[in-house]
Amino acid sequence: MKKSNKLRNQLEYWSFVGPIFIAFLMVVIIPFIIGLYYSFTNWSAIPGRSIDFIGLENYIAAFRDEQFRISFFATIQFTLICVVLVNIVGFFLALLVTQKMRSANLLRTVFFMPNLIGGIVLGYIWRFIFIKVFVSLYESTGLGIFGLPWLSEANQAIWAMAIVTTWQFGGYIMVIYIAGLQGIPQSLIEAAQVDGANAWKRVRHIIFPLVAPAFTVSMFLTMSNSFKMFDVNLALTNGDPGRLTELLTLQIYNTAFTDSNFGQGQAYAAILFIIIGVVSFVQVYYNKRREVEM
Amino acid sequence: MNKKKYQRLSLQVFGILLGILYLSPFYIIVVNSFKEKKEFLLNTLSLPNTFVLDNYIKAMEKMGFLTALKNSLIISILSVALIVLLSSMAAWMLVRTKNKLSTVIFYAFIASMLIPFQSVMLPLVDLYGANKLNLINTYHGIIFMYIGFGASLSVILFHGFMKSIPKEVEEAATIDGCNKFQIFFNIVFPLLKPISITVAILNGMWIWNDYLLPSLVLQEKSLRTIPLSTKYFFGTYQADWTLAMAGLVLAIIPIIIFYFIAQKHIIKGAIDGAIK
Repeated sequence: MKKSNKLRNQLEYWSFVGPIFIAFLMVVIIPFIIGLYYSFTNWSAIPGRSIDFIGLENYIAAFRDEQFRISFFATIQFTLICVVLVNIVGFFLALLVTQKMRSANLLRTVFFMPNLIGGIVLGYIWRFIFIKVFVSLYESTGLGIFGLPWLSEANQAIWAMAIVTTWQFGGYIMVIYIAGLQGIPQSLIEAAQVDGANAWKRVRHIIFPLVAPAFTVSMFLTMSNSFKMFDVNLALTNGDPGRLTELLTLQIYNTAFTDSNFGQGQAYAAILFIIIGVVSFVQVYYNKRREVEM
Repeated sequence: MNKKKYQRLSLQVFGILLGILYLSPFYIIVVNSFKEKKEFLLNTLSLPNTFVLDNYIKAMEKMGFLTALKNSLIISILSVALIVLLSSMAAWMLVRTKNKLSTVIFYAFIASMLIPFQSVMLPLVDLYGANKLNLINTYHGIIFMYIGFGASLSVILFHGFMKSIPKEVEEAATIDGCNKFQIFFNIVFPLLKPISITVAILNGMWIWNDYLLPSLVLQEKSLRTIPLSTKYFFGTYQADWTLAMAGLVLAIIPIIIFYFIAQKHIIKGAIDGAIK
């Protein structure tokens, strides 16, 4: 009796947990482990070609490869710009739409909107803007900023990607800051106002410290989002000019599918995984420490 | 007092101008999607002199819009429904069965959040490819993959929400002789509605907009989703911009409609998903 009960419990347990856990194992965990192994081989994904273990060769090659270095630093540059731009814009938008004004809700809706549209479509929209519309704007206004070779010069193209990402992600980060700002008691701000603190002082001494947790969340979200950026990169620059704006994720893709060097691509992917892992651990550590301080 | 009024007004004006700036990319694609080529070449900023629907007709044909819309709907809806169902079931069982195994499984879901898609995609495509599991170019193949990729975040969100579900009702039902399935579907699942909506929206937005996975596993033209179909306006040769703009507008319309219907839930979902 007891034994059959135990079996029934087991059966029930797995009929609830099993389906999604099996899908998860088959789609995420198993390919991930196979992928780690492949990063130590010369895997080419060509049927019939053998897969030989070559040790750390792909990893050593990665650090010697000029193209990998370019991608790595392009990704770092892109991430830094995004972290700064997205957070400034997001925080600023949040401050704006939490003011008492009639259009606040409408503006919130507007600023969040680009976030709903996929990176591929956004990338194409902005490709059009940078290539065609900026030319028209330059002709009609004469402003130098519209005359820059936005997509044909590497450094500016990375800025272009960051601008698009800011447009897309700013509204999302705004929502997180709004949640943080709404946690601030209105009485605190009013009290400061009565004491004669001007707008900047109120932001600096009351709002900043109190939205610090939201800032941590936003910073790390932006960071891991930027490291994983693929769609906007593909649609906006596709690595051009001359593979100088190829971020890590696009490089993994191209190394595998263009160069047929799957093993090498898998090693790049492992490096990306390590970077994201480190960023996340720093975040968890940082959050824990903050909680203690509070 | 007057000064304050003036400040508030200027803030209002500033906000509206910023809103217009934020929306201007949409303005640009919409106006150019109605232009004839000649007019487009003259000016990309002005309103079109004559509204021609030609671009839309051609774009719909070129991107196979209706097929792509159908594919996107089938894949997104089925994936989301199954993710919500299966991950809530698993999360409930993991919370209610407190043992080592449950803990290990739950931590496996959490740890996997660190894995970027790019670390998985190459072996995935290989494993499910033509010579092996043969799930490429099928609806059920990609839906199965979305369930796997959506599992971690969804299970974690449901897991976090379970604490607010009172255990007493479940215990009473057990005494009354209900089995686990009856308890879950009759009592627990309806109580999960708020978090189910969040999970559905987060996964829905991601799956609807996803490009990379479908580009790897849906190679047949008849299976293309909307993000995939927009790519075909930007071939290797010079893009046909007016046509492409019409295509992009078409690709955006379904999301905007959805946004206006479910706006509150979408923004709430974004917060819940971020703070997890």
